[in-house]
Amino acid sequence: MRIKSFEKHYYLMLLPGYLWLTVFTIVPMFGIVIAFQHFNPGKGVFGSEWAGLEHFKYMFVLKDTREVFFNTLIIAVLKIIAHLIVPLVFALMLNELRRIVVKRWIQTIVYLPHFLSWVILGGIVLDLFSYNGPVNQLGAMLGFKPTLFFAQAELFPWLVVGSDVWKEFGFNTIIYLAALTGINPALYEAAGMDGAGRWQSLWHITLPGIRTTAVLLAVLSLGNVLNAGFDQIFNLYNPLVYSTGDIIDTWVYRTGLLNLQYELATAVGLLKSLIGFILISVSYYLAYRLINYRIF
Amino acid sequence: MIRDKTWGSRLTDIVLMVVLIGITLTCILPIWYTFALSLSSNSAAAAGQVWLWPVGFNFNAYTQILKDTQFFGSFWISVQRVVLGATLNFVVVLLMAYPLSRSSRQFRARGVLMWILVFCMLFNGGLIPLYLTVKGLGMLNSIWALVLVGGAQTLVFNIILTVNFFRNLPKELDEAALVDGAGPWYSLLRIYLPLAVPVLATVTLFSIVYHWNEFLYGLIFMTREQYYPLQTYIQQLVVSVDPATMSEDQYRRLSELSNRTLDAAKIFIAMLPIMVVYPFLQRYFIHGITLGSVKE
Repeated sequence: MRIKSFEKHYYLMLLPGYLWLTVFTIVPMFGIVIAFQHFNPGKGVFGSEWAGLEHFKYMFVLKDTREVFFNTLIIAVLKIIAHLIVPLVFALMLNELRRIVVKRWIQTIVYLPHFLSWVILGGIVLDLFSYNGPVNQLGAMLGFKPTLFFAQAELFPWLVVGSDVWKEFGFNTIIYLAALTGINPALYEAAGMDGAGRWQSLWHITLPGIRTTAVLLAVLSLGNVLNAGFDQIFNLYNPLVYSTGDIIDTWVYRTGLLNLQYELATAVGLLKSLIGFILISVSYYLAYRLINYRIF
Repeated sequence: MIRDKTWGSRLTDIVLMVVLIGITLTCILPIWYTFALSLSSNSAAAAGQVWLWPVGFNFNAYTQILKDTQFFGSFWISVQRVVLGATLNFVVVLLMAYPLSRSSRQFRARGVLMWILVFCMLFNGGLIPLYLTVKGLGMLNSIWALVLVGGAQTLVFNIILTVNFFRNLPKELDEAALVDGAGPWYSLLRIYLPLAVPVLATVTLFSIVYHWNEFLYGLIFMTREQYYPLQTYIQQLVVSVDPATMSEDQYRRLSELSNRTLDAAKIFIAMLPIMVVYPFLQRYFIHGITLGSVKE
């Protein structure tokens, strides 16, 4: 039932929120015109001269930007794969555990790192892997020479992916565990009667039972192909690992806000936003077509 | 889960338990280690003697922090930011989720308004335009830059979560309210608000965690250290490395110069507020996450 007089109250309720979003998300979107200008901070967006696609052309010949795109892609794709597999395996193991109290405790502890910031966890991780830190002490006991882990460009992407999995795997099990509780227990009982063992019921009941969830997560993670994780890398990297660890977001931050090359940084940021937007839209569309997933 | 009592199955159970507990320990031991480090003597920390128990037990790091007025200033800014940000988030989410959860027949513009929100969530102008917008509004060095910019970025997700919650409530509720002559404001405050406690608790806790943990906006919008929120303060003084080129030796010397016990104490204190809200968080967030995935 539609009541006309109600609608104006609805708009009144929505007004503060849309104003807020307009100022801090929509207005900045128009700032992308800087990418097509010779931006002069004194004259602002309206007074600056147009530059056409100059900054984009420059971007494609710059060695930096290609390296940065490549690094972003590698780290992000490795993360996507790890974030799909590790939580799944952990959830399946947790599901087999019969002691409920232990299970609760494990869940409480493994969810915790997700809620701590990368500033905090970055500080902890850097200390653990520092020259005199516990990892090197442990290595020394086993006869390894001490290493400056976070100064090794070839190790850096792996350390980033590993520490990100460590932070998020627990939290990412939640959605799998929710799917696992949705499986009808009668199926397991019936399988037991028919003489199925643990592995057989895992293979024939549990895995098919969470297939939809796994497919959904895989499809949705497509939107993250250019998200290598700014917060994490910003808190872990240093100039020694720029060659493998510098990603689009950290590069944009340094180029734009430290070196004040606003136009170039905006151009690169815009390209990333656009590709990201397309990827997420495609992933939502696929999820909708494949498993009828809807955002709202 | 098949409960067979064969030796093979029992052995699997034991191995499973050991592996799961081992993985779980990797999540909690680094945090415990940081606590032990903060209570150790500097020399023991530098020599890498600290494992899971303080060596040369003392409170020096904590008494030093007590004298650090900048630390307390930043702590207070973070507290203000969390209170303002979470309150604003609560009010705006409630006000927006109610009209947007009406059916398109009750509220014609619903679909369009929802898609605008989704667009705000999925596309952004990038870091530089955002910085220039905030600068143009004269909000640099104001706490409102932290509250409003960060808040706008998490607002849409929280609204969608709450809209989906409202849409899963029985439709009869709305009809009964209408028949009894309740207007939109009465329905919202007297009928929907009390029912929405679980989802509003979830989004409020998400907002508290977000505002406490966010460090980048503090770094770019605050030009003086005295305005830094706590995470930015820690990021700058403990974690960050000067983004100029450096050699491996310089990197190593830099980490040897740092006061590891003091850093550990700062990190530990910055973690405490999250630990305090964590039990409440844990009660709600699982609900909050699975909420979005189940729809009619």
